[in-house]
Amino acid sequence: MSTEHDHDDGDAGRTGTFGDYGGQYVPEALMPALQELEDAYERYVLENEDGFMDEFRERMHDFGGRPTPLQRADRLSDRYDREVYLKREDLLHGGAHKLNNALGQVLLAKYMGKERIIAETGAGQHGTATAMAAAHLDMPCEIYMGRTDVNRQRPNVYRMRMNGAEVNPVEAGSATLKEAINETMRDWATTVERTHYVIGSVVGPHPFPQMVRDFQAVIGDEIREQIREKAGRLPDSVVACAGGGSNTMGTFHAFVPDEDVDLVAVEAGGSSLDIDESEGLAPNSATLSTGTDGVLHGAMTKLLQSGDGQIMESHSVSAGLDYAGVGPELSHLVETGRVTPANVDDEAALNGFHRLSRLEGIIPALESSHALGYLEESADELGDLVVVNVSGRGDKDLETVLEETEKRDLEAAPDVEVFDG
Amino acid sequence: MSEYDSEVEAAIRENHPALITYITAGDPSLADTKDYVEALDRGGSDLIELGLPFSEPIAEGRTIQDAINRALAAGTTPEGFFELVDDLETEAPLLVMTYYNMILQYGDSEAPRASEEASGQRPRAKPDVRPFVERAAEAGLSGIIVPDLPAEEAEPLRRACDDNGLDLVFIIAPTTEGERLDRIMSHVSGFAYVQARLGTTGARENVSGATHESLERLSEYDVPKAVGFGVSKGDHAAEIVEAGADGVIVGSALVDIVASSDTPEAAVDRLEAKARELKRGARSGAETVTIDPEDAPEPEQP
Repeated sequence: MSTEHDHDDGDAGRTGTFGDYGGQYVPEALMPALQELEDAYERYVLENEDGFMDEFRERMHDFGGRPTPLQRADRLSDRYDREVYLKREDLLHGGAHKLNNALGQVLLAKYMGKERIIAETGAGQHGTATAMAAAHLDMPCEIYMGRTDVNRQRPNVYRMRMNGAEVNPVEAGSATLKEAINETMRDWATTVERTHYVIGSVVGPHPFPQMVRDFQAVIGDEIREQIREKAGRLPDSVVACAGGGSNTMGTFHAFVPDEDVDLVAVEAGGSSLDIDESEGLAPNSATLSTGTDGVLHGAMTKLLQSGDGQIMESHSVSAGLDYAGVGPELSHLVETGRVTPANVDDEAALNGFHRLSRLEGIIPALESSHALGYLEESADELGDLVVVNVSGRGDKDLETVLEETEKRDLEAAPDVEVFDG
Repeated sequence: MSEYDSEVEAAIRENHPALITYITAGDPSLADTKDYVEALDRGGSDLIELGLPFSEPIAEGRTIQDAINRALAAGTTPEGFFELVDDLETEAPLLVMTYYNMILQYGDSEAPRASEEASGQRPRAKPDVRPFVERAAEAGLSGIIVPDLPAEEAEPLRRACDDNGLDLVFIIAPTTEGERLDRIMSHVSGFAYVQARLGTTGARENVSGATHESLERLSEYDVPKAVGFGVSKGDHAAEIVEAGADGVIVGSALVDIVASSDTPEAAVDRLEAKARELKRGARSGAETVTIDPEDAPEPEQP
């Protein structure tokens, strides 16, 4: 019946899929731009044309501060009675792994002859990284950010503006990350011919999930080399937090072929794993653990959605994990069993935050604190040699942590009521 | 049956130049939508697109985003939408315009949800387009438009539409060129939806230069072409038809009427009048191309 169509053999006409996931579900107007980007990605990133990757690595070294250390966490190792190493992405310029991707994409846009950069941001970490990269490479830059996030992440709004970026508040819906992505896609659909959209995670239409992963893969590449040097072998398990999944894929990618290395993606369990369909609310962002397959923001992936297909408002104490979707490659790796999905709730993450601050002198981002919360809960399952990715530093989260800690009786927390005294 | 492949194509060819109107179903309620659709039908619409609201409408400008939010807040569901279509009896064939995830999830309401799955084995529920397409056909819809489904990803939906006698209408953007344009134009089903300008939906003051360029570029393809994105006035309709379009598509200007009318009755009257203005405009544009003294344009009403 359908013999007149071009591609009867399954996926032959589709590109950029990971098993059942991925693809390019975008308005027609963007398809030529995705093809142009795919072409540039193959030439510059995969084939190092014009020395693109050499320049990228050099800038990540001089401007970004790579490589970041892999540090043995002495007191955590004692506490859990195994070797625990921390990958210190919190030491990257900007305070998080986000720069790896932002600098890569802004540089690529420059090689492509684009004249303008746009990006979405939730908590503001991707926005600040993009603003820095754009200032560094002298490109005009506009950031879309939900009004709610603008109001609760003031310092990041100032940082972006200091770097010369324009910050456009988005008023629609709950005015957070999801709405910011919608609005950035609308801008891109209008200005696509001269503008590049720097997506902040391994989400969106092909080639973004693959390309962002490749820019972030330096994390896992370095870990592999560093752990061999320090421990003489590959780890038994690697743990990273997962929202959209860019630090997760960046950390895991090099280890995917190493079947003996367990890979654990720790999501935000929020306050509960239940969904309130009538309110359109999921008080978590545990997409890999609880989501169902669907299409959001250009890709088939796992989603938090109602039975009708409306996307839920997700929630996490950590703004950077607060997203109703997840990268399609992670969905695939979970589906095939290569990556184990896990989740810890807000409280476990807050305890993880305080514990690392007190025991190791490192204030981690609330995102990364989820991985540390999981380590506390499940260290026994992780083998003798564990690597945890500390994806970012927690300075940006201090106010939230103080507020959330006061509400709770947390075992690992200091008495925050005396902080102001 | 007509000489054309589909009801949708016949509606455009036989009523040339055709008026295609859009409103968002459920804004402000499905009962009102029924009255509005009937008004658009009386006003001379040759095809009517009904928007089935999705929470992330990335192709829409502010006007239709707001309408979608009102419809969702009013509790509009796919099943309610189909029941509305079951009840509608219009002369104009009806199309549904919605986002791909709504099509994928329909009929999957038995799928396990997070609350049931959190601790257990997760049974696999693969999304499938067929339940939606079958229900659409049963309700009497003639076609589907999906703004976030490019031709490259459309194979499963195209097959389901073929099997159920529905048209799957594709959008041609100002950036669609070369081989891709050829490939999409060779698969046109119903009509080619020509996007007048880059960007999102929304009423504009002028017909864009991109519209003229697009119609010029498409003139060699013998398929019905209808132009949308930004069309809001009779004069626009005239200019677009004169430039070679077989139809005009108007959405945001009508959604604006729904949003700005004091009562549903007032909205009904204004929608019908607006449809007449647009249809008249389209006809006058056609006359500039082919003089037909029998059908002179009526004077513009204030």
